[in-house]
Amino acid sequence: MDMSQIKDTAKQDVDVAVSVRGVSKNYGDVEALKDLSLDFPRGELTSLLGPSGCGKTTLLKIIAGLLEPTSGQVEVNGKTVTGPGPNRAFVFQDFALLPWATVLRNVAFGLELRGVAKSERESIAEKYIKDVGLAGFENSYPHELSGGMRQRVGLARALSVDAKVLLLDEPFSAVDEQTRRKFQEDLLALVKNENKTFIFVTHSIEEAVYVSDQIAILLPRPSRVSEIIRPSGFRDKPVDQIRRDREYLDIVDKIWASLRNYVE
Amino acid sequence: MKLFGYKLPAMSSLLLWGLLWEIIGQMDVTFFVPPLSEVFVTLFSIIGTPAFTKALSETAYAFSSGVVISILIGIPVGILMGTSRLVDEILLPWVNMFLSAPLTALVPVLMVLFGFGMKSIIITTVLFAIWIIVLNSRAGVMQINRSLVEMAKSFGANKMDAFTKIYFWAALPEILGGVRIGIIRAVKGVIIGQLLISIVGFGALFELYSANFLMAHFWAVLIVLFALAFCISEILAYLERRVAYYAAKR
Ligand SMILES: Nc1ncnc2c1ncn2[C@@H]1O[C@H](COP(=O)(O)OP(=O)(O)OP(=O)(O)O)[C@@H](O)[C@H]1O
Ligand SMILES: [Mg+2]
Repeated sequence: MDMSQIKDTAKQDVDVAVSVRGVSKNYGDVEALKDLSLDFPRGELTSLLGPSGCGKTTLLKIIAGLLEPTSGQVEVNGKTVTGPGPNRAFVFQDFALLPWATVLRNVAFGLELRGVAKSERESIAEKYIKDVGLAGFENSYPHELSGGMRQRVGLARALSVDAKVLLLDEPFSAVDEQTRRKFQEDLLALVKNENKTFIFVTHSIEEAVYVSDQIAILLPRPSRVSEIIRPSGFRDKPVDQIRRDREYLDIVDKIWASLRNYVE
Repeated sequence: MKLFGYKLPAMSSLLLWGLLWEIIGQMDVTFFVPPLSEVFVTLFSIIGTPAFTKALSETAYAFSSGVVISILIGIPVGILMGTSRLVDEILLPWVNMFLSAPLTALVPVLMVLFGFGMKSIIITTVLFAIWIIVLNSRAGVMQINRSLVEMAKSFGANKMDAFTKIYFWAALPEILGGVRIGIIRAVKGVIIGQLLISIVGFGALFELYSANFLMAHFWAVLIVLFALAFCISEILAYLERRVAYYAAKR
């Protein structure tokens, strides 16, 4: 087995976009995160993978500035996070679309909150609606769309504010398998073309290995990073070659081997 | 509604009741119920008279002031209660108490506090209308999807943005329902106020007509009042239907 390309620790001299330093989070008596540290290299996609309830959403919301850590801190571009900011955009697991607003207004909503003029924000939104493949649905309402289409609206909204860090909380869990695979390929293209830092939460081992430059495995509560895996061999291969790549399969097995102890 | 396969127009049951009224009236069962046709004739004869227009404008003034005040205070207070635990704990018992309290019994107290004029009548109207508006706005806000609020925050919304762009719209179907019921209660409030506090407006007309056993006049004014309340309530029901497309999908 050729595992030489898998490195268990992050590279030393990488450009770090987001850095989590000794973060703990308690909900009353529940210790969700305990002294968790993790670096997210700029321009790469890092997956957070771990059993249900281990604190992935909690970590993402702390990075987003929506939750305050009990102790420790998060730095984005060297600046300590004190709240939400324009350098980060969140894609919600349940889409979080305004049901009373059209696709166009939903996608432009992030810009609307930032005070961008109506004509300008709508032309930006139209571009991203096209990019995610929803051209022609600008004036539809969320309840007229399928789950996959709604998720694209959420993605377009996050992209249109042009934040350098994208936080995605299980964005593909509400869509069917075919759509999911299509989204995964789109995500790979996005990472390649957009030069943004992606932080991606998922339940699926295969998905994490397929899309990630770096995978952080979290253990159950109180959660910390147990392992960091950096697939390197197949990232530049065509997307339809990845799933039969040797290294891909090895990493999937390896992750399963270390997680299976925690699944009863 | 369908009858023998024919689709009946809306409110055709009203025709039936109207007919029954006419028959009972024609049969002279009681002086209390004059024939409906006589009521309508009276209605058209008094509708342009100075006494009637004065009553109408006095009532409309008290009613609309009361309703506007109830809406302007009720909706923000309800939204505040729905968003803040503290405010909710403090205000909820009072709101619930006033909603079910026999408010008519409070009117004499209002007269002592605010005098015998328009002010007391408007306050009575507010007391009748506002509580259901508060409660409904609160209920609308409490069922809001938390992640909409988090979404707005994550894109940099301040408190005011969250209020006007998320909470208000998310609660709008409930708010409109509350306003509709509040307005119906306000009709009750304004008439009770006019009867008990100072005999003005429609209250004065009711007083005058019933004291003199002018039953056709009495019913005519009552029908005008019903019709006005019905129209306002229908306009709000229409607005409610306008937002119904997302009410079930929040
Ligand atoms: N608001 C809260 N109050 C109390 N406990 C909470 C709260 N939010 C989360 N928790 C607890 O913190 C732990 C981590 O929750 P979190 O939602 O971050 O998990 P997760 O890894 O995202 O799970 P999943 O994969 O199922 O989405 C859970 O055990 C949960 O019970
Ligand atoms: Mg989660």
